[in-house]
Amino acid sequence: MTLPARPLFKEPLPPGRARLLPWASVLAGSLATTLPWNASLGLLPPLGLLMMLAWRLLAPLSLRVWAPALLGLFDDLVSGQPLGSAMLLWTLAFFLVEALEARSGVRDFAQSWAIAAVAIALAQAGGRLFASPLSAYVDGVLVIQIILSVLLFPAAARLVAWIDLKRAR
Amino acid sequence: MAPSRDRRPGFSRRAQYSLFLTYILGIAGAVVGGVLLALSTFNPVAFNAVRAAVAELTAPPAALLAGAGSQLASVPDAIASHFQVRSENRELRARLNQARGALLAGRQAQIENVRLRRLLTLRDRLPETIAAARIVSTSASSTRRFGLLNAGSFQGVADGQPVTGPEGLIGRVLYVGPDTARVLLITDPESIVPVRRTRDGRPALAAGRGDGLVDIRTIDTADGRFRPGDLFVTSGTGGIFVPGVPVARVLRAGTDSAPARPFARPDSLDVALVHRAFMPPPPAPPAPAPKPSPSPTPEP
Repeated sequence: MTLPARPLFKEPLPPGRARLLPWASVLAGSLATTLPWNASLGLLPPLGLLMMLAWRLLAPLSLRVWAPALLGLFDDLVSGQPLGSAMLLWTLAFFLVEALEARSGVRDFAQSWAIAAVAIALAQAGGRLFASPLSAYVDGVLVIQIILSVLLFPAAARLVAWIDLKRAR
Repeated sequence: MAPSRDRRPGFSRRAQYSLFLTYILGIAGAVVGGVLLALSTFNPVAFNAVRAAVAELTAPPAALLAGAGSQLASVPDAIASHFQVRSENRELRARLNQARGALLAGRQAQIENVRLRRLLTLRDRLPETIAAARIVSTSASSTRRFGLLNAGSFQGVADGQPVTGPEGLIGRVLYVGPDTARVLLITDPESIVPVRRTRDGRPALAAGRGDGLVDIRTIDTADGRFRPGDLFVTSGTGGIFVPGVPVARVLRAGTDSAPARPFARPDSLDVALVHRAFMPPPPAPPAPAPKPSPSPTPEP
C-alpha cells in the first residue's frame, strides 16, 4: 500500500500535538464508559485498552513504556474497576506485546490482531479476577465481552491508522 | 509490518540510558499499580474521593445525553400509546368497576392498621424522599455493577441511603461527591439486601449475581422452598432499606437459593428516588471531655 502524498507546502503537526494525539485518543476511549449506556450487563468493550493496543501494534513509538500505567490509572478512575487494576494489567499487556513482537519477524495485520486478542483476553480475565468475587456469575458475560472486543479491534486499528496518518507525516 | 528497529539506541550512551529509564519507569508503573490494587482491595473506600471528583467532571455530559436519549426513546412509545388509548380506556373502566370492592376493603384495613399501630406506639420512620435524580451512566465495561446518580451532597444525598426506581429497589449509595453519587446496584456481585417473601413474610437475602439477576438465599434453617413467581420486598432489617419496596421475582424453583429477576430493570432505569436510611446508625458517642490535669503543687 502506498501512502497518499502530502500536499506540497503543508506543514506536519507540531511535535507536541503529535505526541499528545495517541494519549488523547486512548483517554477518549476510556471515557466511552461514562456515556449513558444503562446496561444491566457489562458488555461494552474496553475501548481505552483497544486504542492503546492499536497504537502499540501499529505505531510502536507513539506511546512510551511508562504511558500505559498513567492511562490505566485514568481508566480505573472512570470504569468502576478497583484502582490499580488497569494500571497493572495494561502495563503487563504492553510488555506482553513487547515480548511477542521481539520474537516475531515481519508480520501482517492478522498476526497483530492475534497478539491483541491474547492481550485483551488476559487483561479482561485479570480485571474480572481483581474486581468480582469468584462466585459471581459473570464469566459468560465476560467471554462475550472479550469476543466483542477482539472483533472490534480492527475498527480501533483503522481509527488509529487514520489518526496516525494525520499525525506522523 | 516489519518490526521496528527504532528502539535500538545504537552506541549513544545518552540514548541507551534514556531507553533504560523508560523501561524502569514502565516497571515502576506496574508496581505502583499493584500496590494501589492491593490497597483498594483491602480498603475499598480508600480512593472514593478521587473517583467522586472524576465523576463530577464526567456526569454533566452524560446527563445531557441521557436526557436526550430518553426523549428520543419515548417517541415510539408516545405514538403507540396514541393509538392504543381508546381500547385501553375501555379496559381500564371495566377493571376499575371490578376493583371498587377491593379498594373499599383495602381502605378499611389501612385505617385499622393506623389505629393498631398507634395502639402499639410503634416507632416508625417515614420513608422521606431526599432527592429525585437521573441515573446517568453505569459501569458498562466492568464486571461490577455501579450506577452514577446525578445528585450529591449538595442535594442532601449521603452514604448508605437506599435508591429506588418506579418499579422497585435499585440499590444504595456507595459514596457521594458534591453533585454526583455512586450507587451500588442490587445486581452487583457484592450487594446483599435483606428481603422477605410477600406471601408469608419469610426472611431471605437477595445477593447480586453480576449477570443482571439476584440470588434469593435462605437465612434460616426451616424448610425453604422457593417457587417460581415468589415476590420479595425489602424487610428493613439492618436499618438501611425502607421496608416494603419490591425487589425481585423468583424465576426458577430452588431449595437453598433461587435466581430471581429484579423489578427495576437496569436497562430502563433513568429516574431514581433517594430515601433517608430507614434507621441510620446512631451518632458516635462524644469524645470524653479532657480531665483537668493536676496542677503542679507549688514548691514550698
